[in-house]
Amino acid sequence: MSAFRCPYNLIIAGVGGQGNVLISQLIARAFIRKGYRAVVGETYGVSQRGGSVMSHVRIVEEGAVGPIIPPGLGDLVLGLEPMETLRILKAYGNPDIHVITNTRPISPVDVIAGNLSYPDLDAIFEAITTLSGKAWTLNASDMAMEMGSSLFTNMIMVGAMLGTGIVPLTMEDFVVILQTYAKPEGFDANRSALQKGFDIIKATE
Amino acid sequence: MPPRHPVTLNEPGRAELLMGNEAIARGALEAGVRVAAAYPGNPSSEIIETLARASDPKRLHVQWSVNEKVALEVAAGASFFGLRALAAMKQNGLNVAYDFLTNLNLCGVKGGLVVVVCDDPGGISSSNEQDTRFMARLTDIPLLEVSGFENARDMVRYAFDLSESTGSVFMVRSVTRISHGRGPVTFGPLPEISGNPRFEPGEAFTPFPILAKHERRHEVLKGLEETFSASPFNTYTGPDDPELIVVTSGIGVLFSEEALDLLEVRDRVGIARMGTTWPLPLTWIGNILEKSTRFLVVEEVDPFIENNLKEFLGGNTRRFGTKTVYGKASGHIPSVGGLAPEHVIGALETLLEVSYEPRPRAYIRLVKEKTSGLVIDRALGFCPGCPHRASFWAIKNALAKDGRKGIVTGDIGCYAMAMWPSGYSVAKTLQAMGSGIGVAAGMGILDTMGKDQPVIAVCGDSTFFHAAIPALVNTRFNTSPFVTIILDNSATAMTGFQPHPGTGMTCMGQSVDPIEVEDICRSIGFAVKTLDPFDLPATEAAVLEALRADRPQVLIFKRTCALLALKETGKAYRMRVDAERCIGEACGCDRYCTRVFKCPGLIWNPETEKAEIDEAICTGCGVCADICPERAIHREILS
Repeated sequence: MSAFRCPYNLIIAGVGGQGNVLISQLIARAFIRKGYRAVVGETYGVSQRGGSVMSHVRIVEEGAVGPIIPPGLGDLVLGLEPMETLRILKAYGNPDIHVITNTRPISPVDVIAGNLSYPDLDAIFEAITTLSGKAWTLNASDMAMEMGSSLFTNMIMVGAMLGTGIVPLTMEDFVVILQTYAKPEGFDANRSALQKGFDIIKATE
Repeated sequence: MPPRHPVTLNEPGRAELLMGNEAIARGALEAGVRVAAAYPGNPSSEIIETLARASDPKRLHVQWSVNEKVALEVAAGASFFGLRALAAMKQNGLNVAYDFLTNLNLCGVKGGLVVVVCDDPGGISSSNEQDTRFMARLTDIPLLEVSGFENARDMVRYAFDLSESTGSVFMVRSVTRISHGRGPVTFGPLPEISGNPRFEPGEAFTPFPILAKHERRHEVLKGLEETFSASPFNTYTGPDDPELIVVTSGIGVLFSEEALDLLEVRDRVGIARMGTTWPLPLTWIGNILEKSTRFLVVEEVDPFIENNLKEFLGGNTRRFGTKTVYGKASGHIPSVGGLAPEHVIGALETLLEVSYEPRPRAYIRLVKEKTSGLVIDRALGFCPGCPHRASFWAIKNALAKDGRKGIVTGDIGCYAMAMWPSGYSVAKTLQAMGSGIGVAAGMGILDTMGKDQPVIAVCGDSTFFHAAIPALVNTRFNTSPFVTIILDNSATAMTGFQPHPGTGMTCMGQSVDPIEVEDICRSIGFAVKTLDPFDLPATEAAVLEALRADRPQVLIFKRTCALLALKETGKAYRMRVDAERCIGEACGCDRYCTRVFKCPGLIWNPETEKAEIDEAICTGCGVCADICPERAIHREILS
């Protein structure tokens, strides 16, 4: 497993409407609170309308770095949707990259319309495993639905990221971020989602 | 937006992650801005949203104006009374405000007046691609370009100071990658707000006498050539005699820095970062040009700096001798679209004859082999539960029943997607805000010349206030028979739900009487019919009836944006497909609900060969229950 070296390049991959932008901010803030500098780059504007959305979070110890990761230099993909995770690996993957991906697919409009089929999921997971240094998979969407809302998916994914131990952030670090920046009425549920993601990764390690 | 954003706090030294647009707003606050106005437009909208959080009727007025021209006029009014003011807009917004700006430049300003223009290279959330820097040069106004987050804050402060000291409106240009990126910013102090607005006797702000005022513009720019040469926003790092210098601005700066590091060529190549790009900082750039013989210009979108450098070199051949400028004209940097780090890497590989490949060959082969056929495109579509899907469904069906091959003219907003399959590809023209109505007015008059295809113009509610009213008045005045449909979703949805005159709320949180679209249309003289697009049969019938009229018609489709409705009232229905009644492929409907209606909340299960509701995505709007021929989709009312 490669060490945490800067600039550390984290990519959050998903589909418009999944809340990609918000978690990229929370993760960046958690790093800033730990004394790092972090920048976020987003594909924005179409982000609520079903298109592919990725956020780049780049962490440095000091100095400035651009908000966009050059091709091939990803360190970690936090994938909210399996095909989107693989899309990111095509462009930013390398033999050392780490991947944590949600397993629940979201169909593109063309699949809904029957013009195309959603690619074979097992083949997608096999490709993700082959193309990464280490990959973790979890059905965060179903776990979130069990909690009552798909809105918790992202917090479960962040919890999973913390559970892998590959980034220098702890549960406590992230709980402080939730306290500071998230809506107080959602705090308990978000914290519990975070813990669920953390635990499921710990249980599989 | 996070609920408790500290961007407005007076806590010098506090470091926060700010979006570029928030950093621009922070700069304005630190400069003591008193009035800020804009019309929403990506990627500029968050500037005003951020300033609105700090608004206070006595200290800082912030407003969503009906359009960008009015926003700039509002800002100018404050400046004429001696207050610092800001107008923000996207590239297309500057076109709307440009008529006023091309007079304001000559008039001069009193309180610092900064126009922030956010260009959208690549047209990521725009209808075009446009480099507005040329428009600063065209109007003889000074131009600054932000290149980072803290830099954006600093530059806006600097622009206010210089605007005031030179009596000149200043333009600050940002781009999507900065405006919508985020980075750390360490706060400076917020000034005490004091002083009353005052218009002094003897003051006047007019372009007359025109030639003298024009001459004065040139004098200001001449003076700024030297001021800018000493500006902290123009810097050079690199060897004293590099074999190549990268001259760059905007997001090009950070991309170029990274490219130099990745290629490990800092000992061979210098980097000249330009923050003040018009007028050219002649002394500073002259020194840069003397350092080397080869230059690569890295900028978004058009060759603005590149052409200006070539012009300067061409006028000073004795001083500079032979220099080579690479960039867009030479093909080393793409001449359309936004920049990416790999563009700079590629250009430097060619010019320095070095090569760079971060991934092993075997891995690249593996990527090709393993991902083949597994990654498909995601077309954009309306959100689940979007009223526009229902509206265009009714329009599509009415046009089909009418049978005369009618067309739809559209404009800018979420409903622009009506030109794609998600909106059943009914929209056939798209230009500026409100232009669907104007264009349709030009088509309607062709009936007397033998045109026999009906025309429907669609227009959003925020767009209606922005630019559609003159076109509707024109329609009535010149009697052009076509159907205008106002798609009123009670939101400026595309840009993030900013309030507009129809919503009854200002961005400062003040309740005002909403201005009804329907009242305006009636006062122009239209017999308006308002419909709920979720009532598909009534909506379709109304469109069909309007298509058959021989005078101009106005329909209003009123239904709140699904995202807003979900936030405010939650799901109205739990939707369910009755597996007994859905007879799948045997039905003869040929998967009408998924293949034709295409809501992402409906999925086709290829194993059971029946439709299903995707609970994670469905917003419970209930519309699909009405389209199933077998009545297999059921609504269950949620409390």
